[in-house]
Parts: sequence; C-alpha cells; structure tokens
Amino acid sequence: MNFDLSDEQRMLRDQARRFLDEKGSVDAARTILEGDAPFDRSLWADMAELGWMATAIPEAYGGAGLSHEELCVIAEQLGLAIAPTPFSSSIYLAAEAILLAGSEEQKQRYLPLLAGGQTIGCVAVAEGVQRPGPADVKVRFEGGVLTGEKLPVADGDVADFAIVLARTGEGARDLSLVLADLDGVERTPVETVDPSRSHARFRFDGAAGALLGVAGDGWAVMERVFDRAAILFAFEQVGGAQACLDMATEYAKSRHAFGRPIGSFQAIKHKLADMYVALELARSNALYGAWALANDAPDLPTAAAAARVAAIQAYALASKENIQTHGGMGYTWEVDAQLYYRRAALLAQSVGGERRWKDKLISRLETRNVA
Amino acid sequence: MDFNDTPEEAEFRAEARAFLAANAEPKEPGKVFPVLYGADDLIDSAKPWQAKKFEAGLAGITVPKEYGGRGGTQMQQVIYSQEEANFLTPRGVYEVGLGMCVPVMLTYGTEEQKQRYVPPALRGEEVWCQLFSEPSAGSDLANLRMRAARDGDDWILNGQKIWTSVAHLADFGVIVTRSDPNVPKHKGLTYFFLDMKSPGIETRRIKQIAGTSNFNEVFFTDVRVPDSQRLGDVGDGWKVAITTLMNERVAVGDRAAPDFDDIFGLARELMLEDGPAVADPMVRDKLADWYIQTQGIRLTRFRTITALSRGERPGPESSINKVVNGTKRQQIAHFALDLMDMAGVVYDEDLMPMKALFQEAVLSSPRDRIAGGTDEILRNIIAERILGLPQDIRVDKDVPFNEVPGGDGGA
Repeated sequence: MNFDLSDEQRMLRDQARRFLDEKGSVDAARTILEGDAPFDRSLWADMAELGWMATAIPEAYGGAGLSHEELCVIAEQLGLAIAPTPFSSSIYLAAEAILLAGSEEQKQRYLPLLAGGQTIGCVAVAEGVQRPGPADVKVRFEGGVLTGEKLPVADGDVADFAIVLARTGEGARDLSLVLADLDGVERTPVETVDPSRSHARFRFDGAAGALLGVAGDGWAVMERVFDRAAILFAFEQVGGAQACLDMATEYAKSRHAFGRPIGSFQAIKHKLADMYVALELARSNALYGAWALANDAPDLPTAAAAARVAAIQAYALASKENIQTHGGMGYTWEVDAQLYYRRAALLAQSVGGERRWKDKLISRLETRNVA
Repeated sequence: MDFNDTPEEAEFRAEARAFLAANAEPKEPGKVFPVLYGADDLIDSAKPWQAKKFEAGLAGITVPKEYGGRGGTQMQQVIYSQEEANFLTPRGVYEVGLGMCVPVMLTYGTEEQKQRYVPPALRGEEVWCQLFSEPSAGSDLANLRMRAARDGDDWILNGQKIWTSVAHLADFGVIVTRSDPNVPKHKGLTYFFLDMKSPGIETRRIKQIAGTSNFNEVFFTDVRVPDSQRLGDVGDGWKVAITTLMNERVAVGDRAAPDFDDIFGLARELMLEDGPAVADPMVRDKLADWYIQTQGIRLTRFRTITALSRGERPGPESSINKVVNGTKRQQIAHFALDLMDMAGVVYDEDLMPMKALFQEAVLSSPRDRIAGGTDEILRNIIAERILGLPQDIRVDKDVPFNEVPGGDGGA
C-alpha cells in the first residue's frame, strides 16, 4: 500500500508552499480584489520560471513530463495561498482539452506556449443562468465562425485563446469544441463573488475558430475535461479548506473570552473537529482522484465526482466556520477570512456545482457495476 | 501512488488468505455469522476458531514469540484483519483481551505472569475483560469510585463496574480502582488484574435497546486481590489505563453494515411513486453524501496503512472513522425505513429486504455513537490532540477526590 505523497512530492509541496508564502500570494489576492489588475503578472511570471505550468504537459510539447500527481501537489498549494492567477483556466482546462482532443498541429502550436506561461487559455461553456445540459447551448459555429454569448468565462478577459463549446447541428447533442483566438470577440469583464479571480462575458459576432477534436463530440470531450479539472480543483479546495482550518485554530488558541481561550470551549472545539473531519475525507477522495488521473484509471469519472463533491463540502464548511470562529472580526474587509470565503464560493461553481456533481456521481456508480 | 503490497506483505497476505480459505466461509451479501455477537453460545464457536488461529501462528501476530505470539509487525496484523473481514468468523469474544489486556500485561506484568497468562489468552483458553467504566465514570473515566483498600499482602475491592463486554464469559479481568480518595482524582488510582471467579464478584447482563446483551454490570463485595497482581505502581493506575486505551488497534477491514453499498442496493431495488428510489433527486443527494463519507473513510484508512507500511507512525486520523461511521450508519438505517414507508416498521428477517438489516440498525446504531468514546469525546480528542486546542478548564483538577462536588470519593 502506497497511498500518499512520496518523499519527492512532499518536497515539491514544501517548496511550493514556501515560495507562495515568500511571494505574499494571499496579500496579492487582496490587491487584485481591491484593484483593477485582472491577475498578478509578476507571480505568474515567477510560477512560469519555476516550471509549474509545464508540470504535467509531455516533454514532446515543451512540458516537464511529470505526472498529474505533481500537478495536484501544486494545485493544493495554489489553493492554500489563493493565488490570483489564471493557472486553472490555462492548465487544468485549456491544456487538458488540447491534450485530450487537439490535433498534432494544435498541440504543437499551443501546448509549449501554455507550458511556458507565455499564452493563457480559457474555456467558455456557460451561457448565463440556464439548464446545465447540452440542449440549451446556443452559441453556434457555422462556416468557420462563432456567433452568440458566453457568460461567465473564467479569465476570459486575459486569455489569448478560448475553447468554446458551440452548436454545430440541430440535434441536442450536436455540439463541438472550437478553438478561437479571440480577435474581434467583444469581451467585457464581469463582477463575480470573488474579484480576486477575473471573469468575462464573451460576445461572438463572426469571430473565426477551428474545431478542436471531432465535430459532434464537444459535450463528451468537455465532460472528460471537466472530470480531470474537477480533481485538480479539488486539490485547490482542499488547500483552501486547510488554510481556513489553520486560521480558525490559531485564532481559537489566542483569542480569549470569559477569561479563557475560546478554543477551550467545546462549542468551538467541536466546530473545528468537524472542519478537520470534512477536510480529511475530502483530502482522501482527492488523493484517489490524483491516482486515477495519473494512471488514467477506468474509475476516473467516479473518483472525480467524489473528489469534487467532498471538496466543495469541505471548503464551504471550513470557509464559513472560519468566519464564525472569528466572530465580528471575521466579517470585516481587512481579515483574510473573506478572501477564502469568496474563493470557496467561486470554486464551488466552477466546472459545475454540487447538485450536478452529486447526480453525476450516482449515475456513474449505477453504471460502474462494481461494489 | 499505488495500492500494492510489498513482496513481504504479499507473501504474508497469501498465507493469511490460504488459512482463511481452508478454515472459514467467505462472506456473501445477506449472509451473516449464524450466531449473533453477544449471544451466549458465541463462545462455543469462538473458542475453537481462536485455537485454530493460534496453531497457524495468526493469534497475537505482534506478540513476541516467547509468549506464544508470532513476533510479527503491526502491518501484518492489519493485513490479517483485512483478510479475515472477508470471511464469516465468530467475533467479539477475544477482541478486548487480545487488544487491551494482553498488551498491558506485556508492558507491566512480571516475566512469570507473562509466561502464565499470555499464551492461554492467545489460544483462547482463557477469556479476558476490561473493568473500567462505572455508573459515575463514563466519559470522565478518572471519576471512578471502585475502592481498593490495602490489607496486608492483599487489596480489598468494593464497588461497581458497568458496560463491561464479555465479563459474563471472562476468566480474568484488568481493573482500575481508587486506592487513595484523599488526593486529586487522577493521582489516587491503582491498576490490577484479577480472577473473575474470585468470591464476591457478581455479574449481571445488561439488556440493550436492540434486545441483545453485549455488556454487563459487575458488582464487587470485599473481593480479595493479591498485591502481586498489581500492574504498575500504587497511584499510577491512570498511566497504566491510558497505555491500555492507546493500544486501540488501527481499525481495518470490517465495515459496519448497513453502509453505502447496502442503501445503494436498496435504493436500486425499491420502487417509489415515479420509479426506482435511486432515480429520486432527494435520494441521490443523500446517497452521494454517504458515498463520499464511506469512500473517504476507506481511503483515509489506506493512508494510515501506508504510514505503517513505510514504517512511519500512523497519524491520529483514525479517530475520524468512528465520528463519521456512527452517525452515517444511524442516518442510513432511518432513511431506509423511510423509503419502505408504512412497512418500514416491520422487523422480521423473512419479510424485510436484506434480512431486516436496516431495522436492526435503527435499534442498534445509537450504541455506535457512545461505546468506546462518545461522539462528543472523540471531537474533543480531535480538537486537543490533532489541532492542539487547550483542554477545557477542569474544576476538579487539584481537588482531593473526596472533596469534589458530586463525587463522594467512593467512601
């Protein structure tokens, strides 16, 4: 049994943690939240120099050729430090989509630039509040051009290209992925619950694009991309939940009320114990996802859904009970608890929310036929 | 990462599997061991089974060879437990003796005592119990009042123990007593082992909600215990007791039914207004919660086993198992009855799905959240030992036991 990080992976984890701490990643998230810049370019450049974007991209495409386990290790630290960069859009989503469905030429053209951080990618799926199934996708791809609107697109305002889920026929599932370079696309920044991560609204009116993968496969490929990204996001969420638990624990030890540390009261102890339990369940589910991802295991879709649901729950609990433990101060602008609370709410909806993933999880267990 | 054994582990697993395949019946859905845990005749099947394990070198895997054990590793114990969990074997008679009493005897007994008591315990010839809890000492174990008074080379014990598993079958027991009520409660305790057939011991079964009797009350009237059967120094009983509790095994393999698989199976079979229960969004929502918990516990256990296999100390995260599983089992049981609607109340193995597994669990699951540490105590343990939060203020900490309000010191 060898179901935990290796010594090398623990070293990578500790290095990443130290680096993000020294760079003041949490303060940087606050700066992005309060200012006009869409992300921290200096942090992004340093991450590229460390080779983080290249981690799981094959060497043939300019990557480091490490496994997805290492990428998961980095994701956890990005979540712990709520790094304000487009890493998830560019790496978990765009790079994975190109690796899964791209032509050799598309891989050669885009992956080395993604691996080096020179290019930022994003994916555009949602079209506002709508049924989350394939039937309601209205953006069209006809005659080599896109028309319609996408909302919200994470990092859409800063991306160099987008992978767009678009309708290419009249059947409910006649959807395809389209790789578009975004020239002539109207992009408007949109406010979200977490402005430390930028989002945009896209309006396509004849922008050029090219198919990514086979026409008509768009929904199926996007589901696979989302499964893979869900595991990586789960590590970010586990990292975030850990940070919240650490904050709340430290505060409970130092804050005194009624002549004693509030952490000596069982009402606080049991709250923090519940956060710990949810976090460890999420961490274990995420680790299994990392194993499935690195080994392309048949169980990956189930592992991904379980990792996502557990991570959403753990981060939601930890981020709100961290505020509760801090009392009134937890609700203020200046205490960092708000940054994690926002990020937890944001990540809970990226690649789809808890309700949808619970439904997917049970559907997958129904077809798995394994106890 | 991988889920593979090392070559040595694989070799041992093969040995354990071969032994079990030759000597026990594999578990199958809906099949249970013919005798209920806690039933009086369980001992009749448990005794020969324990003897077989002993002959095969699989009783007392971590016990040194000179005392009849295998001299093996904790990892081997984990592997054996994992494998045995796949078979129908009589369980519940020897767990306390081998898990708690033998380790404490090995730590505190004299050489002569170890030679005399450990091998028969491993062979299953002698059953041991642990006499800890009392009517006034549950979560607050050190509040116990069982009085031990020195009388020459003996001690005289008076008082009552409760929640003692297998006391009615036991040949021997380990016991914590109050030898000095004039000092604060943790300081006046002394630990012994004793013959359960000693004059003055009376054991009564406790009938529980589910109708079974897994526990006993044990009454002591002027019970004489030689000082040579003291384990640890006079006044050091708390330290010895804590050692025993630390010996709690790394829980492996066994799952407490009903679990996710059982409720998922039921939800796929059972029809509701609009089709199978599993198609109902509310049912799916709950199923997903129980799946990530069940899977999360299983995978967390893999992390613990990984630490053992790498020779690292297993983390304290095994304490989350009980907190999660107790509540989950109770929720699953009640939800299953709800799905069965008006018929859910019928508790009859022949009429109900899965031999009335869910009805049984409705009645027995409250125990899971109390026995072996309540949910509340376990949360305190997580908060204090893992997260490092300060202990609660203890008003009785520096007060002599016989002056503590509500504690009469057993006088």
